[in-house]
Amino acid sequence: MSGKPKLHYFNGRGRMETIRWLLAAAGVEFEECFLETKDDLTKLQKDGSLLFKQVPMVEIDGMKMVQTRAISNYIAAKYNLYGKDLKERALIDMYVEGIIDLNELLMGHTFQPADKKEQHFATIVDKATNRYFPVFEKILKDHGQDFLVGNRFSRADVQLLETLLMAEECKPDILAKFPVLQSFKARISNVPTIKKFLQPGSQRKPPLQEKDVQKVMKIFH
Amino acid sequence: MAGKPKLHYTKGRGKMESIRWLLAAAGVEFDEEFIEKKEDLEKLINGGSLLFQQVPMVEIDGMKMVQTRAILSYIAAKYNLYGKDLKERAWIDMYVEGTTDLMGMIMYLPLQPADTKEKNLALIIERATTRYFPVYEKALKDHGHDYLVGNKLSWADIHLLEAILMAEECKRDILSAFPLLQAFKGRISNIPTIKKFLQPGSQRKPPPDEKYIANVRKIFNV
Repeated sequence: MSGKPKLHYFNGRGRMETIRWLLAAAGVEFEECFLETKDDLTKLQKDGSLLFKQVPMVEIDGMKMVQTRAISNYIAAKYNLYGKDLKERALIDMYVEGIIDLNELLMGHTFQPADKKEQHFATIVDKATNRYFPVFEKILKDHGQDFLVGNRFSRADVQLLETLLMAEECKPDILAKFPVLQSFKARISNVPTIKKFLQPGSQRKPPLQEKDVQKVMKIFH
Repeated sequence: MAGKPKLHYTKGRGKMESIRWLLAAAGVEFDEEFIEKKEDLEKLINGGSLLFQQVPMVEIDGMKMVQTRAILSYIAAKYNLYGKDLKERAWIDMYVEGTTDLMGMIMYLPLQPADTKEKNLALIIERATTRYFPVYEKALKDHGHDYLVGNKLSWADIHLLEAILMAEECKRDILSAFPLLQAFKGRISNIPTIKKFLQPGSQRKPPPDEKYIANVRKIFNV
């Protein structure tokens, strides 16, 4: 037994990607076990490994953890990425939940039927640039610090960077009106553990290609 | 300034109900300001009170908190309903995410197209009885304690009771195969703060009716 956390998911971003980011940012090495077919998922469901019969599942510290938020919360707290007290946690939680909402929108884009794609894209751009980015631009501008909460690196910074990069994949100039977020992006990308994760050959996964959508749907449906 | 938390939402369950449950269980008195029409929501948005232009919003301890999970986590931690250490928190989080998924299905049911209602209701009952309830029944059976985590009342117990009662509104005998959950329901319902919340006249909200749903659609554009 290696002692390293072991991630069970398909070989793609989905709901596991945020967990990969957090572990990488914390400098924690991890292993991955990829589901390639529906049988792989069924096997895990049948052997009692999945509390609610779903992945993500992460074997960590003797637990088989499920539920993305539960796993992320545990990792963030364990590796001191969750603020210093209740109030900082509250801010981090609020920011992270907003980021997750945007992230879900972005993630859902590849799965939209062809006739809905254009409108969905417009919704993403609208929400990103009118609802979410202005909030984080203002927070950083108001306190002038390098990190979102408590003048210290936290999961909020990691998750915001992840989502900024995903948004840029959707529309490369999406940060055009957000200079402070552009600096934030550069700064957090240079945190050594994150810089390493952003390099080719890391466990970061590429965006899901159209050709792989069918394969993923087959595993889960 | 009253010092009591102040909840901003429509006068119905929705995403705020779990917050009402948790505050009530913790014995915390709270005020409510109801959004009755679109203009009320717009006023909150234009006033800069809503971080992401959404409710629920709870004024608490000098903050205008938004995002249901952030609010619930804060209340749970503040009132010692979040376990004693990281591992207990992990279990509470896992259990709560499960009940959140189940209650989410039930909450969105009235907003689904009419021709999918029957199918969605059947799915809720299937998920409740084959995916979710067996997990909690087994947890209680395995350790034999009164509460889900750490032999002490936590957010997980309160959330599960709320989910059980909502599921029973969908199908009255939905707990028939789960004797330990039936006992759990009786036990947790009898905790004084919760017993009070379950009585008529409390701030607990009833299931949505047609009129409420129509108004929600108007206010939130759904």
